[in-house]
Formats: sequence, C-alpha cells, structure tokens
Amino acid sequence: MARLFGRGYAAVNYPTGMNLGGDPSQALIHATTTGTFVISLSSVDLGQGLKTVVAQCAAETLGLPIENILVDTADTDTGPHCMGTFASRGTHRIGNAVIMAATEARAVLLDVAAEELEVDAADLETDGTGYVKLKGSEQRKIHITDLAMAAHFTHGRTISGRGVYMKDKSEVVPETGEMDPDSCQAHACTVAEVEVDDETGIVEVLAMYSVYEVGRALNPAMATQQVEGGAWMGISHALFETTEPYYPVRDHGPRDFTEYLMPGAGDIPVQHSVLLERPAATGPFGAKGIGEMTANSPIPAIANAIFDACGVRLEHMPFTPERVLRGIDELHAG
Amino acid sequence: MPSRIVTLTVNDADHELIATPGLTLLAALRDALGLTAAKRGCAQGTCGSCVVLLDERAVPACLVPVETVDGAAVRTLEGVAAGGELDEVQSAFLDGFATQCGFCTSGMIMAAEALLADNPSPSRQDVVEAISGNVCRCTGYEPIVAAVLDAARRRAGRTA
Repeated sequence: MARLFGRGYAAVNYPTGMNLGGDPSQALIHATTTGTFVISLSSVDLGQGLKTVVAQCAAETLGLPIENILVDTADTDTGPHCMGTFASRGTHRIGNAVIMAATEARAVLLDVAAEELEVDAADLETDGTGYVKLKGSEQRKIHITDLAMAAHFTHGRTISGRGVYMKDKSEVVPETGEMDPDSCQAHACTVAEVEVDDETGIVEVLAMYSVYEVGRALNPAMATQQVEGGAWMGISHALFETTEPYYPVRDHGPRDFTEYLMPGAGDIPVQHSVLLERPAATGPFGAKGIGEMTANSPIPAIANAIFDACGVRLEHMPFTPERVLRGIDELHAG
Repeated sequence: MPSRIVTLTVNDADHELIATPGLTLLAALRDALGLTAAKRGCAQGTCGSCVVLLDERAVPACLVPVETVDGAAVRTLEGVAAGGELDEVQSAFLDGFATQCGFCTSGMIMAAEALLADNPSPSRQDVVEAISGNVCRCTGYEPIVAAVLDAARRRAGRTA
C-alpha cells in the first residue's frame, strides 16, 4: 500500500460571449453637478468584479480619477439593456460599451472645458488627477467639479455618453464552415500534481500550476483570483461535488451542505498562477473573458494526474475514493 | 411555551428583546436588531456565513436559540471596526482581495477574530482549522488564509 504521485496537464481554449441572436450590452454615463460620472447598467456584478473593472475602463477613457466614477448596476427595469452575466462576456461586452459611452462623454467634457477656458478643445488634455488643462500650460486648467457645475448652470449642457457593444450573430458559411461565433478566445493550461492513496482511494491535489492568456489583465489581482477561485471549483467538481453520485440511479443524492461535499480551506493545494497578455483586437484595452474557463482545465488535469499516478483512467466525475478503488481493482483483475 | 424577555449585550450596547420559542440568535440579530452582516446561508450550522462571537467564542448564530443565551455578550461584524476604523483583519481582507461576492466574509472575519484573540500568532494550519466550518464559493480560500495570517502580523506589529 502506497501513496502514488502523479502529474497531469490539460489545456483549454475558451470563447468570450455567445452567438445566439446577437450579443449586445449597453451603457449610459452622465456627470452629476459635482463631476461624479454615473455609469448606468442593467448588468450584474455577482462578485466577479464587474463594477471595479468597468469603473477602471471609464476612468481611463475619461482621464479622471477612479474616485470620480460611480457604477450603478443591476436594475433591469430602468437600466440600458444587457444580455446578462454569463458566457464569460461581462468584461468584454460591457467594458466595450462603457468605453464607448465614456468616449462620447469625454468629447462633451472637453467641449465644455474649451468654452470655459476659451481655447480649442483639440488643445486640451486630462491629467488624471481631475483637471482638464491646456496642453503645455499649468495655468489654463479647470477641475472637473467646476467644469460639471459650469456645464449644468452656465452652459445648460449634459456631460453624458451612450455606449453599445453589439456582437452580431455570425452565420456559418455553408461552403467552408467558417464563422466568428465569439469575438475572441482566451487560452490556458493547467498542471496538477496529485497523490493517490491506493488503500483508501483518496486523491489529494498537492499543487496546481496555471497559465492563462487573457488578452489584457485589466485588474491583475482580480484576474489571478478568478483563475485560482475557478481552479478551486474545478478541483471541487473533479473530486467532491455531485448531486447524483450514482447517476443515472438517483439514490444517495446529497440533501444539504452536510452531505454535499466541497473542499474546505484544508483541502486546497498550493496554486501557482501566471497571466500572459496578448491583447485581443476586439477587447476593451485588449481584454478577453476568463470567467467560466477557469473551472475547466483543472478537471482533466486531475484525471490525467490520477492516470499517471496509478494507471486508472476515470471517465466520470467526481473521482471519488470508490471509483479510484474500483479502477485499481479492475487493473489488478485484468 | 411563552415568549421571554432576553437581554443581550450586542457590540457593547444592551438590548432587550422578545424571544419567541425557538427564535435563533441569527434571527434576533438580523430581524429584531437590524444587524444584517451575519448571513443566513444554510440555517443548519454547516456553512459558517452566520458566525458571530458569543461570549468571545465563534458560533454559528443560526443554531443558538436566543432564549438560552440570556445575558450573553455578542459581537457581530458591525462591532469590529472600533470608532469607524477597520481593524487589522478587515484591512487585511480588503488589501488581500480576500472577498469576492462577500456572502461568506462576515463569518470568515468573525472566525478569524476568535482565532486571533485566542492565538495571536497562528500557524497556517491553525488558520485552516479556524475557518474549516466556513464555506467560500468564490476565492478558493487561499486569499482568506493569507489575509488572516497577514492580520496576525499587522496586529503583532501594532502592539509591539
């Protein structure tokens, strides 16, 4: 009886967004009287960090501090349309829509500033700290708060912008099978190192190495967290979670969290994650979607590592001790 | 069974509330006192999202009938930031990206507070055990474990 070491890898290419009847998201942005730019969205931030990332996109495009951005999400009664938070589409689709809206708003912002400063709008720049100023001059400048006040109360203007990112439905070319269903694809590879206990059948993931080509990591800390949180879900899918452990027989299904197993803090491997950036032409600042894919490659990587460790080729998840032991028995019987 | 009047000291403030039979500490905190940081996840003590400090011990508030803890001192996440300043655990969670959707965060922080009060310089294994009753579905746990260890270092640095 022994603990057998194995290493396996798996790679994944993953589409950003979907290709049903087209895939649009819209964004509206407007300045309040004091120069806060409110981004209105129907889109949902369910913890993945959409609000942070679109605020970054808006701040970068407007040339203003991120503190000047307020993101108002998730009201589908009153917000501009969004297809939803799924298909790894949020950062790409909504980020693009927000950049478009912020670009339009920036043009108005510079136009009003030009009137206030009595210069040509083309000669103005933003300095990233909240000022719009004449290029090359330290004196001819106006703060965004004063600018927004002037727009509202002197010029009767709204500093606002509209954005829509519309991925048209892509039809298949009958002759060749060609199509563009997804705008861009992210790529990743995961290596899993495991130990298989050939007496108990328990598989322990010792370490996990992941490399993700994400286009551009708009927020590297959150992108890394998505990679590692997703890997946890993959490990959980590979080794722990199931609602029907003897599918298609529905017996012994878990009824609650005491029976539905998930890895806890003590079951996690050491993770090493690397992000590679090859900007996508269609992406917001080059970003691709890496939402769903992060749970994918850990599963076949673990299956391959189990095979490497003990020669058992498992084809049904989760890779429970029972399945591992039955596999080992079959090998010995053969 | 009749209802009872129960006295609790919650985040240093005394409260009297009517405890109907079987009313949980979690329901009392959320519904009677409006303290909604502790979350109702599984309501059976297995997810940890409702963990609060009860007389300085971390407990799942969903399993505590409030009539059984008359006179107890309770601390919730709302009572952690003294004077509106985030404490070391909260700061470490914030700086270390130890929260994503946030549903487990309150319970995680309270479990960490109980650990650090008892053991100011925990090992990684101590941290893992302290949060073993808390489920997180987003982070993969690593940022949380790292944040609790970071909080211990910050607290040691502050008191040194």
